[in-house]
Amino acid sequence: MFSFVARRLAVAVPTLLILVVISFVLMYAAPGGPFNSERPLPPEVLANIEAKYGLDDPFWRQIVNYVVGVVTQFDFGPSFQYKSRSVNDIIAQGFPVTLTIGFWSFVVAMTAGVSLGIAAAIKQNSWLDYLAVGISIGAQVLPNFVMAPILLLTFTLWLGWLPGGGWNGGQWQHLIMPVVALSTSYMASIARITRSSMLEVLNTNFIRTAQAKGLPMRRVIWKHAMKPAMLPVLSYLGPAFVGMITGSVVIDSFFSTGGIGTFFVNSAFNRDYSVMMGITILVGALTIVFNLLVDVLYAWIDPKIRY
Amino acid sequence: MYYQLLEGAQVLLKNSDHLKDSYNWERYMTLKTALKTSTAALLLMGGTQAFADAHATHPTTGETLASDQTFIYRDLDESPSIDPGVAEDSAGGDILRDLFEGLMNQAPDGSLIPGVATGFTVSDDNLVYTFTLRDNAKWSNGDTVTAGDFEYAWKRAASPELASPYSWYIELMSLENASAVIAGEMGTDTLGVSALDDTTLEVRLTQPLPYFAQMVTHFTTFPVPQSAIEAHGDDWTKPGNMVSNGAYMLTEHVPQEKLVRERNVNYWDNDNTIIDKTVSLIINDENVALTRYLAGELDRTDVPAGQYPSLSEQYPAETMSVPLSCSYYYTVNMTDTTNPALLDANVRKALSLAVDRDIIVNNVLAGGQAAAYTFTHWATAGFETPDIPMASMTQAERNEMAKSLMADAGYGSDNPLSLDLIYNTSESHKSIAVAISQMWKQTLGVTTGLDNQEWQTFLETRGNQDYQIARAGWCADYNEASTFLDLMQSDSGYNDAQYTNAEVDALLAEAKTSNNPQANYDRVEELVAIDTPIIPIYHYAAVKMLDDDVMGWPRENFQQNWYSKDLYKVAGE
Repeated sequence: MFSFVARRLAVAVPTLLILVVISFVLMYAAPGGPFNSERPLPPEVLANIEAKYGLDDPFWRQIVNYVVGVVTQFDFGPSFQYKSRSVNDIIAQGFPVTLTIGFWSFVVAMTAGVSLGIAAAIKQNSWLDYLAVGISIGAQVLPNFVMAPILLLTFTLWLGWLPGGGWNGGQWQHLIMPVVALSTSYMASIARITRSSMLEVLNTNFIRTAQAKGLPMRRVIWKHAMKPAMLPVLSYLGPAFVGMITGSVVIDSFFSTGGIGTFFVNSAFNRDYSVMMGITILVGALTIVFNLLVDVLYAWIDPKIRY
Repeated sequence: MYYQLLEGAQVLLKNSDHLKDSYNWERYMTLKTALKTSTAALLLMGGTQAFADAHATHPTTGETLASDQTFIYRDLDESPSIDPGVAEDSAGGDILRDLFEGLMNQAPDGSLIPGVATGFTVSDDNLVYTFTLRDNAKWSNGDTVTAGDFEYAWKRAASPELASPYSWYIELMSLENASAVIAGEMGTDTLGVSALDDTTLEVRLTQPLPYFAQMVTHFTTFPVPQSAIEAHGDDWTKPGNMVSNGAYMLTEHVPQEKLVRERNVNYWDNDNTIIDKTVSLIINDENVALTRYLAGELDRTDVPAGQYPSLSEQYPAETMSVPLSCSYYYTVNMTDTTNPALLDANVRKALSLAVDRDIIVNNVLAGGQAAAYTFTHWATAGFETPDIPMASMTQAERNEMAKSLMADAGYGSDNPLSLDLIYNTSESHKSIAVAISQMWKQTLGVTTGLDNQEWQTFLETRGNQDYQIARAGWCADYNEASTFLDLMQSDSGYNDAQYTNAEVDALLAEAKTSNNPQANYDRVEELVAIDTPIIPIYHYAAVKMLDDDVMGWPRENFQQNWYSKDLYKVAGE
């Protein structure tokens, strides 16, 4: 197991490096630049700015400087758009916000999704099952950019219960709508995966054996069925968690949370190369880490899997 | 350029229109009032009550003032910078006019009033301005604001080390040696600004600019605190580090969420300031912002395109449409990379004539914008819109003339013309482009290919003359016609049509030093109407929702430059 983790981490380094190089090249290949505007800058002004940000260096030197800066000093450079802010500043401010929303969405989606799925599987073809399936299909077709306006209209405009946006240092009132909007469709997917996987497990021989021994249903579910039923769910959770972090692109902007999502999108529109790179690397690293985590959990749950 | 962010930023979310339409406006109105107090309390952590009680009534009007003098408004996006020397957008300007104060301010009607300077004198040749500073102007840390602070700020803004994207403004002001200083060919000490003593600032220009005094109300000319900048470097603009000399000081700033400024007790005119606290909230989507406004969370927001008629019917006291100093136009590529047909002035003119501006402003935009037949905005100070023949014709007459011009040029049903039109991605640019291409089709039989491009791609395509016809917008840097017409100069960097007319160049050069340049401007507009390098479409309006308890909004200010210190909130009945 240890050598497996070590090997995976060793592969992660070149993977990230390739990610950096490809993103860098693609970004520079896109037309426009960070300092274009309706009013083109006079050449002398543009020259000063390019010199300040090292954009007058040859392309290969820029990429080498960038990688060296990131690797040796963990320095992602200055933002080109938000003058006097560094990418590190932006990530330090925005990432905790995004992570908080992502974490709570994950908890909500996971808890609600798994409970709904199990309930539906145990009471298959009952009203509870139909209700659970109905909810999860309904929720699946409500992506976060549809949920968000519905929530805003309902809870801010009509009922006046919740603030329509902002963060205020992470007060719970400001957290509810972003979390609900973000977690709904993930909850639906988790519920559906849990239900079908649980149904499958409940029809296997070892469950029948457990029931034949006279074990109470509760014990059969928790002790025997739960672990194998969770395997497909688990493989979904890694990408889902990363999806919730990146999915906050819409939520951060809609609810003005100040999370990295807004910065990420704007950096693409503004050609803010350094911010775009910084967040791309962050998301890339997260994806690698969570996929690794899922693989490790897999081995822990399923004794048949050994690396 | 002020509105580059507005134009360029892509609204991330298309708030579903069907939800919008089903709004029950009446009901929200009552809710809004009911919720106002509770929501405000929820939103504002640790509100201030200082000074609120001291201003029970307005000192001049006698109106009863609200106990909570907090003004909350929506901004589209985070400003690139709130360092006066580096800032570049109009939203940043709104913030900076609260935090800092320049030599001169704009009154609510846009006229010039004293700021840190109590007045100025001009030399006989109009090349040297001498500003006298008040001796009671203070920084928020209690230090006195001196002429040296201005000298430092201007030299800093021009310096290659700061590499400010707005250093061109120093060039625009025609300060002595500005271009050479920016290019790094001369030291900043040679720039045409010097503090003669603590309260006297001398400014030397290379050419007389009749509107120079207007230019020192702009944020690039605001003083900056040398000590704080040297102590904190780039971090000096963060709350706690920032020292400012305006009516407010920065107390909280969370990028992409909000920026809070509160009363600066050291401000020289603090006794006459009523608003205690101003909060700008970043809300990308204008429909979200409108919903939050209706829920009582905001005092001011933008009216989404096309919603002005219904909102002004529902909330006549809260909707506002006033002239804003920008022009919307199509630029026609006149270089050899264009469609050869467009090199014929008759074709260009026919295209311009066939655009029914009234449909664009009344049916497509419907927000109080004005049909444009001249490039210069009709409301520009000291500018009389000249009598362009096209403007006084009926659309039927224009269409007739357009058809005959097109026939003269050799295009018609036997030889139809096809053109390409590019615009940057946005719903309203698209609606306008679709409407105009229909007008061209119906009147002239011209087929138009529409191509929308993402902002940065668009700028590059247009700037390289890799287009036939392109959308464009221009906002005034100062309130005088040359801020628009200078674009028609052959060597202007913003002349995307690559239009050259020696007479226009001569007229504009002469206007710079003339005491009454109106005749020159008239002639330039006439020539532009004849040559048609651009097709003016409409003159902008600022279309906003403003809560009816907010008073003192500078509706007459053509650039919509507002100062929180001039606003106040009255108590509800």
